[in-house]
Amino acid sequence: MMKVVNHKIPSVDGLGVMKGRHAFTDDFSDKHSLFIKVLRSPHAYARIVSIDCEAAKQLPGVEMVITHNDVPRIPFTRAGQGYPEPSPHDKFVLDEYVRYVGDEVLAVAADSPETCDKALELIQVQYQVLTPILNFEEAVDNEIILHPEPEIHEMFPIGFEPKRNIAASYEMHVGDIENVLKKSDVVIEETFFTQAQAHAMMEPHTVNARIDYQERLILYSATQTPYHVRRIISQGLGIPLSKIRVIKPRVGGGFGGKQAIHGEMLVSLVTYKTGKPSKMIYTRKEVFESSYTRHPMRMDVRLGATKDGILEAIDFKVLSDTGAYGEHALTVFMVVGSKVLPLYNKVKSVRFYGDVVYTNHTPAGAFRGYGAIQGNFGLESAIDMLCEKLGMDPIEFRQKNMMKETETSPIFAIMGEGTEGTAMDMDTCKLEECVETGARLIDWYKKYPRIDMGDKVKSVGMAIAMQGSGIPFIDMGSATIKLNDDGFYNLLIGATDIGQGSDTVLAQIAAEELMTTIDKMIVYSSDTDLTPFDVGAYASSTTYVSGNAVWKAAKQMKAALIKEAARILKTTEEQIEFDGVTFQNEKEESISLVDLSNQITYSEDQKQLSVTSSYVGHKSPPPFMAGFIEIDIDKETGEIDIVDYVSVVDCGTTINPKLAEGQVNGAIVQGLGMAIFEDVKYSQTGKLISNSFLNYKIPTRLDINKLTTVFVDSYEESGPFGAKSVGEIGIDTPPAAFANAVYNALGIRIKELPITPEKILLALKEKETN
Amino acid sequence: MFVAEYVRPKNVEEAYQALIKDKKNLIIAGGAWMKLTKKSASKLISLEGLDLNKIVATEEMIEIGSMVTLREIETNENILNTCSGILSLACHNIMGINIRNIATIGGSVMARLAFSDIYPALLVLDASLVFYKSGEVSFADFLSHPNHDPDLLLGIRISRKAEAGYFRKVAITALDFAIVNLALSKTADSWRIAVGATPFIASLAIEAANYLDQYKELNDEIIQTAVNMALDEIKVSKNQRGSKEYRIELIKTYLKRGIRSVSEHVG
Amino acid sequence: MLVNVIVNQETKTFVCEPGDYLLDTLRAYNYLSVRRGCDNTSCGVCTVLLNGKPVPSCSVLTASVEGKSIITVEGIQAEAEKLGRHFGDEGADQCGYCNPSLALTVYAMKNDLFQPTEAEVREYLVGNLCRCTGYIQQERAIMKYLGDE
Repeated sequence: MMKVVNHKIPSVDGLGVMKGRHAFTDDFSDKHSLFIKVLRSPHAYARIVSIDCEAAKQLPGVEMVITHNDVPRIPFTRAGQGYPEPSPHDKFVLDEYVRYVGDEVLAVAADSPETCDKALELIQVQYQVLTPILNFEEAVDNEIILHPEPEIHEMFPIGFEPKRNIAASYEMHVGDIENVLKKSDVVIEETFFTQAQAHAMMEPHTVNARIDYQERLILYSATQTPYHVRRIISQGLGIPLSKIRVIKPRVGGGFGGKQAIHGEMLVSLVTYKTGKPSKMIYTRKEVFESSYTRHPMRMDVRLGATKDGILEAIDFKVLSDTGAYGEHALTVFMVVGSKVLPLYNKVKSVRFYGDVVYTNHTPAGAFRGYGAIQGNFGLESAIDMLCEKLGMDPIEFRQKNMMKETETSPIFAIMGEGTEGTAMDMDTCKLEECVETGARLIDWYKKYPRIDMGDKVKSVGMAIAMQGSGIPFIDMGSATIKLNDDGFYNLLIGATDIGQGSDTVLAQIAAEELMTTIDKMIVYSSDTDLTPFDVGAYASSTTYVSGNAVWKAAKQMKAALIKEAARILKTTEEQIEFDGVTFQNEKEESISLVDLSNQITYSEDQKQLSVTSSYVGHKSPPPFMAGFIEIDIDKETGEIDIVDYVSVVDCGTTINPKLAEGQVNGAIVQGLGMAIFEDVKYSQTGKLISNSFLNYKIPTRLDINKLTTVFVDSYEESGPFGAKSVGEIGIDTPPAAFANAVYNALGIRIKELPITPEKILLALKEKETN
Repeated sequence: MFVAEYVRPKNVEEAYQALIKDKKNLIIAGGAWMKLTKKSASKLISLEGLDLNKIVATEEMIEIGSMVTLREIETNENILNTCSGILSLACHNIMGINIRNIATIGGSVMARLAFSDIYPALLVLDASLVFYKSGEVSFADFLSHPNHDPDLLLGIRISRKAEAGYFRKVAITALDFAIVNLALSKTADSWRIAVGATPFIASLAIEAANYLDQYKELNDEIIQTAVNMALDEIKVSKNQRGSKEYRIELIKTYLKRGIRSVSEHVG
Repeated sequence: MLVNVIVNQETKTFVCEPGDYLLDTLRAYNYLSVRRGCDNTSCGVCTVLLNGKPVPSCSVLTASVEGKSIITVEGIQAEAEKLGRHFGDEGADQCGYCNPSLALTVYAMKNDLFQPTEAEVREYLVGNLCRCTGYIQQERAIMKYLGDE
């Protein structure tokens, strides 16, 4: 019986954060920091002809102006990924070309934000305005080339063809797709579009730097990947890795948006050059315009089935828009296939292929779901359309065709993230139970497809989803546990808490194994000088990969403790019984952990007990879920009430059931935002219009009435105490479930996100006139 | 924001003199939206301490001081009890409570915000504005005939004659600006209909209201005719929040529902 | 200019420019629980209590708060702790960047509304955006906190 794991332990840092303790990046900036502000391109595509910054340089308080002439010309990728990165090295700290409205032209460092603003106004830049590519369907082989620079390159083959505006491309197939489709009784062919969703984390991108008394560069950064940040700064600026320390304090939300470099290069450059502390905080407008978005996609989907409802073929052609730079271009693209298509593993043939293209839009990057939400919208919408054509209940169809426990899919072996994949069987897959339980909780058979209520109509819709748990053979996490006098422990982890609660969850894993309580497991994370390596918070890897590392370390610490106890109690290790508090030998002689720790610290055979373990996954066990939405739609206005969203999740053991629920709930609402509210609008010249919370609408608490989130019993043998991941899986189903519910309500199928009340009503009017 | 000086006049005359002295001198009310519209000012003239934050009610009307906050309007008993509380409801739907605690009705009126939710409500409440120099000006005239002479808004008067009213805002989320907003009111013998955020600034549908005034009993056909007349009077177009077609559908639906709701209330 | 205020029941004199916003002044004076989320009143993260009422400090001029009382979460530590314990029990903590501002708004609500329903609580707090939690667990915790009294 577990005492800490699978219990609702409050977050280790919740109280302090609620009480406003200094915690976030800017809370640790030097009082006398130089401020850095960036002059951002007003043009979607232009060449900088000349820069006159003499007047700005003369302005009192201005420390330096940095232009593309002042930075090393070393291409790199800002994507916080393992090395060598699967993203093209296509970015310079500053460049002669600007490639989207909001791209960096130059930077000013000065004694205050106001001085920066005045200096920026004094700077004259002449641009040669170039014709941009704003429609991603026109990017490939366009006569306009967005990345003509000769130095840029891929780190290994990713289908990088900059002369064709292709950042990456990929193709895979199992079986003869055309032949299987030709023989299928029922075939559908549909095209779906998804938008460039914004992460909209509450804390804007924030970073600050200083030089310490060992002449090293110390950064506080709101990042998901401190170790990758350290490496990329070293690469981009030519500063030795040993001279850089990156500390990640508390982070105010990331969702993938902080899995990349933002202001880190500029603060490092300014502080390294001037020796003075500096800082940079993005405005909310910069967060929207000048960081990253979700990759917008076009998905051409073909499905083929027998007339009795056996899915035989899935053909998925995808075009993805990576914007001005190629961060995460290939890997997000591949996840569209690798973490979606195996859901229907009994097909005779599956094909997945397409391109990721450059355009003159805000770059796309990592975002919770990472391609799976896009793919899920396409596939799970198409499945319902196929069911309609077959005249088959969508739940019955899924039950017949979906992945089941002990089964596998050939896709796992073929597709990884940027590389080949890893074959694996589904040792845990409770999808059947998820679907059955969800249908009961939403009362599907009473409400499906709709209940007419006069002005309003009630309906339900559903979708199933899978994700992964880290990237096998690539993602590495590690943990150090050290024993202190008085018998408490430090848990030092490279894993990156970005608000999701990983510090708490990892401390629970260590405390459970060492049979202690959470208050005796003091956790410190994400400091490149002090904590062991971890790739960071992405790819749903922390609980599974870092958690396994912590579990291994805790087991090792337990063995080390028992060894010491055996020495002290003059027996063999096998004879020691340890209950977390006291060690006892076969003669019932005992010593408490407190006494043991004091003894080895101060009085006898003194030593520091400390262990470090690492873990690399050999597979990526997918969490699964079924999502069900109940909505009421006003037939005369298209307005929507989200009545309930039922999520039934198989994530293995929930290390912390309440925090796991929070991960699912937050992801569902973020997914509903993408499904319904979060419209991305550009002007005709490529300027982002939806660049503030006034114009980009994330769900508010009045838009969410009820979330019903439950976890099915599941134990993944390869995970720590049976856990898989839970950080991303929640975001995948809302777009398709909602689209399906709208269809069930009104008989209209909307294939382009977001599905706004306006789109619903206008489609309904069109249907009525036809 | 760059401001050379922040002043607190002791009386309205002093504030007025400061305002007319320099075009770059600005009145600051609550300051809720100042950042969005102004980059700098020579002098910011505060109206705090001028006793403009009172709500005074009589049988016929309520006078709301220009420095009264939207939150105070939202929760004022007399305003809640006037014309089905539509002005309170309009305020209640504006952003979060923290903004409503600083945004004032004077600032909201003088900013001439086309998306304002309170304008349709004020229009159907037959509101008038009380200025320091120009005296009382009907709110409808203020909207349709902008006068750019510097003046100080002291208060807003709303009529309590209406027996019932209706207000509706349609927005993408609860925190968004309106795609469209509209208000209706009915006194013993006359209707008023106003539609705003179309995306043009709110205006009255006078012909449609006059048409309804002819009938003691309404039926679907009369309502439909009135709605169509209103749509002829009100200028509708598209912006980032909605297309023209969608706005028209929303106006049709909610005018219909509003007329029904108000006529049910007045029996 | 000089602005005299009472911050968390302590008399203070801020030295600032006439155009400075309260958020920046408070951070400059080390009230670091007050944070920036946006620049235009649309997220609620910078909320402080001004004469007991929640206001967005990003849009209140420091010059305008002369003689007034300001409360930041540093001034309601006991209440924040009570609310924080309920957040812990419900798993409502995620990044917590906005938690101090939410605690202040909840505290103001407790004084402003009498036994509010869940719907009234949501309406009162709608200006406090959260991108992490999906709101539901926060609301459970807040209802329990209100029920404590």
